[in-house]
Amino acid sequence: MTMNKLNYERPIINKIENTMPNKIGGRSGFKPITEIDGVRIKGMISNFGSPLFVISEATIRKTYQSAYRAFTTRYPKVQFAWSYKTNYLNAVCNTFHQEGSWAEVVSGFEYEKAINNGVDGRHIIFNGPDKTKADLQKAIANQSLIHIDHLDEYYMILNIAEETNLRPQVAIRVNMDTGIYPMWDRFGFNYENGQAWDVLNKIMMNKKMDLIGLHAHIGTYMMEAEPYKIAASKLSELAVSINKKYNHYIKYIDLGGGFASNNTLKGAYLPAEDTNPTIDDYAEAISSALLNSNIDPDHLPLLILETGRALIDDAGSLLGTVITNKRDSKGARNTVLDIGVNILFTSFWYNHKITPVQSFSHHIEDTKIYGPLCMNIDVIRESISLPPLNTGDNVIIHRVGAYNMTQWMQFITLRPAVVMISEKGDVNIIRESEKIEAITDYEKVPSHLKDFDL
Amino acid sequence: MEINKNIAVSDNGFLFNPATGESYNLNETGTELLKLIKENTPFEEISKIFLNKYETTAISFEKDFQDFVEILEQYKLTEKGNR
Repeated sequence: MTMNKLNYERPIINKIENTMPNKIGGRSGFKPITEIDGVRIKGMISNFGSPLFVISEATIRKTYQSAYRAFTTRYPKVQFAWSYKTNYLNAVCNTFHQEGSWAEVVSGFEYEKAINNGVDGRHIIFNGPDKTKADLQKAIANQSLIHIDHLDEYYMILNIAEETNLRPQVAIRVNMDTGIYPMWDRFGFNYENGQAWDVLNKIMMNKKMDLIGLHAHIGTYMMEAEPYKIAASKLSELAVSINKKYNHYIKYIDLGGGFASNNTLKGAYLPAEDTNPTIDDYAEAISSALLNSNIDPDHLPLLILETGRALIDDAGSLLGTVITNKRDSKGARNTVLDIGVNILFTSFWYNHKITPVQSFSHHIEDTKIYGPLCMNIDVIRESISLPPLNTGDNVIIHRVGAYNMTQWMQFITLRPAVVMISEKGDVNIIRESEKIEAITDYEKVPSHLKDFDL
Repeated sequence: MEINKNIAVSDNGFLFNPATGESYNLNETGTELLKLIKENTPFEEISKIFLNKYETTAISFEKDFQDFVEILEQYKLTEKGNR
């Protein structure tokens, strides 16, 4: 290869359509993305393989700090709790803990992860409908914040309190009508029909546990801030009434999570950046509802937020490689990547932005992006406008930090490595790429099935 | 394979098919390749020209050539596709 050869772009011809503009919208950026936080993408792929998840520590910290500021400039007492299920890689959790986040967990497994990370039990919020007796015994002994989901759980906690003479620190999860559809009413106790009061009376009257908070989690990827205002108002009313009836101040109100990120949902006409509320919008709705309520200003409760998606999505990227380009039976362009839906679960909900890593011209073609699985549903984007990609070219899929590294499946292929770029620019592996032993070590073959002749 | 005789291609990659009234965009390599095909240049010759000029490999170019020709036929811009 001589120095003066030109960059090769695959020859393409596109029909000019004079029809309705398509809702897939414009192209995916006008410049290649060659670096993340100053680290060359091609270098990371050659060092750690493809596909590769990359997490930016600087982006996590910046996002956290600006979200925290959005609340603390509006309300005096704010505490964030990192939602483990959104991304429970220890390095990610610890970054949030270093920033001051408590842990919010929804299973015994996640609880153990938080304890192993060094989080004090008093700073772990235990949510979820499936807490076993052993889980609750541990959480009660550690004085963790237990958010009661149903009456069976309440009676189990009562039973442990009587057996141990410990005072469980509890809150109840309240579900309510905030004007959104569908209403999330499968968790906790309903506000409108009196379930919430029923369990609150039980807790206050038997005096075996400390009611320290009220919790609501109204939905996920909430595209309006107003429902949070309604939720905060209803929880405030409840707090005021508890005080009136029992002369008891609750210590905190927890509004859960559910803030939308900048990923665009499938079927949306406009990019999420243009349509979704900002953290400031959510903060304004919640803070103003609390401050305008009848809560005694000398006893303002701590405001807890369990924001996950909105704090981590932007910090995660997924790097991949083009396996091949094909055409379907009608001549439409298909591109196959080494990234499948098994590691990019969120491609079922989002039109993820994809950008080439190498330089390209202004020409584009409409492409359907497939993953490498031998499964028809393995589609990453139904339609996207991209410059012509060659086999071996690399792409970056943006905003994959939330849920992918927890909901990913070992299916057909093994899961890839995850690296984190430190604020100094060091690239550290935070999860090794899986080896076959990670799967087969858990298998057992009965002795009569060990041998065969073919 | 022959490109329809009455098809016009401009230097900046705009193609007009008077038979159907349809127009097309080509990128630089597409424009260059279409012109060579239109002049009935044999594949071996075209491949040599591209390999000398661009950073690509013989296999990669052959694959892309095949794909380009398929789509020309699909768009009925070739004599064969037009039959």
